[in-house]
Amino acid sequence: MSTPDTNVGKVVLMVAAILLFAAVVGAILFAATFFRGRRADRLTAYAYLAPTLIMLLVGLVYPGVRTIYESFFNAAGNAFIGLDNYKTIFTDADQLTVLRNTVFWVVVTPFVATGVGLLYAILVDKARLESFAKALIFLPMAISFVGASIIWKFVYEFRPDQANVKQIGLLNQVLVWLGGSPQQWLVDSPLNTFLLIVVMIWIQAGFAMTVLSAAIKAIPEDIIEAARLDGVGPWGMFRFVTLPAIRPAVVVVLTTIGIGTLKVFDIVRTMTGGQFDTSVIANEFYSQSFRSDNQGLGSALAVLLFLLVIPIVVYNIRQIRRSEAL
Amino acid sequence: MTTTTPPATVPVLEAEKPTAAAVAKRKLTSPWASLVAIVIAVLWTLPTFGLLVSSFRPERQIKTTGWWTFFSNPMLTMDNYREVLDAESGAGLGSYFVNSLVITIPSVLIPLCLATIAAYAFAWIKFPGRNILFLAIFALQIVPLQVTLIPLLTLYVDAGLANTFWTIWLSHAIFGLPLAIYLLHNFMREIPAGLLEAARVDGAGHVSIFFRVLLPLMRPALAAFGIFQFLWVWNDLLVALTFAGGGSKVAPITVALANLSGTRGTAWHLLSAGAFVSIIVPVTVFVLAQRYFVRGLLAGSVKG
Repeated sequence: MSTPDTNVGKVVLMVAAILLFAAVVGAILFAATFFRGRRADRLTAYAYLAPTLIMLLVGLVYPGVRTIYESFFNAAGNAFIGLDNYKTIFTDADQLTVLRNTVFWVVVTPFVATGVGLLYAILVDKARLESFAKALIFLPMAISFVGASIIWKFVYEFRPDQANVKQIGLLNQVLVWLGGSPQQWLVDSPLNTFLLIVVMIWIQAGFAMTVLSAAIKAIPEDIIEAARLDGVGPWGMFRFVTLPAIRPAVVVVLTTIGIGTLKVFDIVRTMTGGQFDTSVIANEFYSQSFRSDNQGLGSALAVLLFLLVIPIVVYNIRQIRRSEAL
Repeated sequence: MTTTTPPATVPVLEAEKPTAAAVAKRKLTSPWASLVAIVIAVLWTLPTFGLLVSSFRPERQIKTTGWWTFFSNPMLTMDNYREVLDAESGAGLGSYFVNSLVITIPSVLIPLCLATIAAYAFAWIKFPGRNILFLAIFALQIVPLQVTLIPLLTLYVDAGLANTFWTIWLSHAIFGLPLAIYLLHNFMREIPAGLLEAARVDGAGHVSIFFRVLLPLMRPALAAFGIFQFLWVWNDLLVALTFAGGGSKVAPITVALANLSGTRGTAWHLLSAGAFVSIIVPVTVFVLAQRYFVRGLLAGSVKG
């Protein structure tokens, strides 16, 4: 199938695609009106579900199963090698660095982002300009990981330490103002991994803040009033009233950010391309699958990612269910 | 949906009944609290602000002096934006921007269409296997995209779709369907059954119930998913990088920017302007529809 080169051609194709799917839905709705008899409802339901089920089976279930299968094969995908790919992940020096970095990401990001978000939510609660103050922190959520990476790469930018050369990156300039000498931040491992993690924290803190702020505002006033009459101090108020009340929300936020962090690939890819020992599982998956043409190892990394996500998701869903039940 | 999702923006001037946090904060003494809040706010805003200022400075200035010197020696130009958008002399981001729009709009509308009728079937028609099917679709949300990409690429190549918009539309539609069905189903279940019963007694079939009764009530849920999916697709890099190739025929602006950052990592006059060209659309959508977004965000928290 060919792709149009002109912008007009692209837009025409786009409208055609939308109309095509609208027509499919229309045809199904129309056809289902002709179902009669005892089984009419049943047939209608299956007709309504048909396009969705076909797409999910072909596009999600089959590829998932296929990837698990491929992960037991070699780089070219033509020889069964058992668990060798998984062995590589857990023994090869480069892959161990990838695992180490992934652990840093998943441990640091959720807790710091949630901590900052919670602190900020409390600090601006009922303050003047509260919604404006919140918007400042929340706006990075709308920015793509690629855009955020470029924003922070500029902060970390390095210029050689020479008399006539000025720093253009904010971090190095601050260092120079404080009397230090500029650093190539993105080169030194493992510090560089933490500097990449900063980008993710910067993006996710707004999410944490919004959800936790909403949870804080939902705490019933009589509880607060009662605690105050009992003479509970500020820390006591936080420790014994606020925190227990928002605990389900905190857990949901922590796990949600954890899942997102496990799968983040764009930041590493844009800022270092995985060089200088900064790669993580999601990035390594891409490099192995599409750059090094090692489909077996790539598939194994994808499966590992899947396995790591499952327990967090299950826990997350149970927490969401519990907080819904409250 | 959950107890944790009231609207994101709470009016500033509400009745001054103190919340627990407010009490805690006041006793933590206001000056320090304000100071910490301001420090966080500045840390969160300054990086973006610095790049935004830079995008309007002349190339030579960006490369030789820090953006903070702008205020003592302000020089403004639109040249960076002109150059980054232009295909002849610069990075040609203009056509990638169009690609992003062409990719995003069907990637939102296609799953929305398909999911609405599927969710209707799950919510209001009784049929054998309903619960198990719904649970299966719900569970599919947790499959990471990475697991599907290699076989999906092979399928697209075999079908002759490689390097066309169809690969990206279909992929995003597929990845978006489980969340869309889940969100819309939950919302439909909350509509009182009496409303539908009444319509049915009046002789309305599924189609007219669907269009006359449900669709008008569904607007918040449709918006929640639509905005979430819009931002997700517009900001996506992984799917586009896998299926679109690097050329300006199909690839969206995120791919162009990531490539620019890799090949011309010090061309800050292009990178800064390019970043803001890509940021302006999602930020506008986000500001206009914040409260819907938060709903979609929480429900979609385990997606792909």
